[in-house]
Amino acid sequence: MRSLRLLPLLMLLGGGSALAQSPTYGVGRTPSAEEILAWDISISPTGEELPPGSGTAEEGALVYQRTACAACHGATGTGGLAPRLVKREAGPDADPWALGRILPIRSPYATTVWDYINRGMPLHQEGTLSADEVYALTAYLLYLNDVIAEDAVMDAESLPMVEMPNRDNWAPLPDWKPGMPRLPGYPY
Amino acid sequence: MGSKPPDRRVFLKRGAALAGGLTLGAVEPAIRQTPASGQSLEEQSQEVPDYSSAELIAYGQRSRFVTSVRIPHGGRPSPDAFGLVFHTATPLQDSVGVITPSALHFSNTTRGAFIPDIDPAEHRLMIHGMVDRPLIFTMEELKRLPSVTRLNFVECAGNRSRRQQTTVQETHGATSCAEWTGVLLSTLLEEAGVKDGGSWIVAEGVEEVKGASSIPMAKAMDDCLVCYGMNGEAVRPQQGFPLRLLVPGFEGIFNVKWLRRIKVVDQYYMTYNDYGHLRQDPDDAALSYQIGPKSVITFPSGGQQLPGRGFYEVSGLAWSGGGAVSRVEVSTDGGDSWVDAEIRGTAHRMAHTRFTFNWTWDGTETELQSRCTDELGQVQPDRRLVGRVIGQDNSIQPWRIASDGSVHNAIS
Repeated sequence: MRSLRLLPLLMLLGGGSALAQSPTYGVGRTPSAEEILAWDISISPTGEELPPGSGTAEEGALVYQRTACAACHGATGTGGLAPRLVKREAGPDADPWALGRILPIRSPYATTVWDYINRGMPLHQEGTLSADEVYALTAYLLYLNDVIAEDAVMDAESLPMVEMPNRDNWAPLPDWKPGMPRLPGYPY
Repeated sequence: MGSKPPDRRVFLKRGAALAGGLTLGAVEPAIRQTPASGQSLEEQSQEVPDYSSAELIAYGQRSRFVTSVRIPHGGRPSPDAFGLVFHTATPLQDSVGVITPSALHFSNTTRGAFIPDIDPAEHRLMIHGMVDRPLIFTMEELKRLPSVTRLNFVECAGNRSRRQQTTVQETHGATSCAEWTGVLLSTLLEEAGVKDGGSWIVAEGVEEVKGASSIPMAKAMDDCLVCYGMNGEAVRPQQGFPLRLLVPGFEGIFNVKWLRRIKVVDQYYMTYNDYGHLRQDPDDAALSYQIGPKSVITFPSGGQQLPGRGFYEVSGLAWSGGGAVSRVEVSTDGGDSWVDAEIRGTAHRMAHTRFTFNWTWDGTETELQSRCTDELGQVQPDRRLVGRVIGQDNSIQPWRIASDGSVHNAIS
């Protein structure tokens, strides 16, 4: 009787192509959907986790003043103790890689700028900016670096679509496998 | 909003300058004070500690005659002007064996970080994303799971010898090796059940900047370790207490400290850490990923002084992100001829390996070098033959022994 009742379940498990590994130890608990949402601050290049909200460069300039970004990064994104936020002058046709290791110009995706402001800024008050403020600051930095127009509105739709100068101008990482040399054919 | 003043663009860029100046007056950057009560190590070494005191019997300390310390690395002090810890380097010139004492293990952070003070009873690790069963673990629960203990080095990508550097601490100190204990990441991922298409993980720390790195699933399932133990005790705060990730053989930035969250995803997530790791050239990118075969002589090394001609045991460390070190050679004539060094103890995979070489110095100027080969057959390069070493620098380190016995960095 017992085995008969189990039979449909066993067939179901055996028949599935992606036979899920069952938990071996049963240690740990299942987080609630709310817990996952509260912890999950990752933003992918496609922007699927981006929250509602929006901002422009003009609004961002005000947020930049109000939240004391300038105190560390300098009044216009340069000249402070913290890393500079605007590209170096290298001429209009310069390779984007020549403009400095500066997040809002070198990163292939504008989502990285949003993500980093959201998780790591401002110092001592990380995580306190609203989504609108993060969109606005992102817009401001992208505008300062001549990546977007002054009146461009950044939101969950537009941000992942921003054409960063390095969008397709970076080397993908090797498809790593165990026991692989660093670079096939390279002796060192 | 309709009619735009022609100089508005200029105003926006200058307006912040104006207001920023005001802001600067109102809000000072949070610069931390240097603790006034702290004695310098030199001052401490003048005091004779009571090694027989109840306090030092309860928790021991080293002799006051042993004064080896970490130093700032990478051209920025630690703590810096904001009080952030940036990069520090291990005193490899004083190292013996292969284990770096926890208190001397190098500690690098990407942006600079405040070392968090985490109550392990409150700490949690969450695994979620493309998994069948998202899971949250307490530290107690993680310690119930099957554990692994092994030696592994960690090395920062910026561990590059430069001509103006003097000591091996400056040229190579951003690597250390410890005995790590924890749960295999694969155990946790299998417990959660990775869904089809889960090809990357994003690992994230709990520190104020919540540093996160993308790691390929093949590596996550191979040998990554979620560590709570280091050198026979709990992982220390500067190394990620109570929980940190170890990604053996990969560049240091992947080894997320204060680990709180692992998200299984289907693409490279281009986090701030990932972005900082980008290269333009594919070969450069590949060579900046898994650490290459590398070795360095720690004695005699730059800044040291040989008292005179005669016998010396030359000693050094070798390691590779590609596996175990299979061979170390030493040259005492500037690379013209090479002789096998002796590997001391067992050469563990992705771990510092101690090598020695018996040498009698005749008192004339010469140059010492070491080069290693790993289990994949990768050989440490001579930068004078290779030209520019791209990616992470694993080139041979030459030390010049002057006729007066002084030792110098001979990088050209």
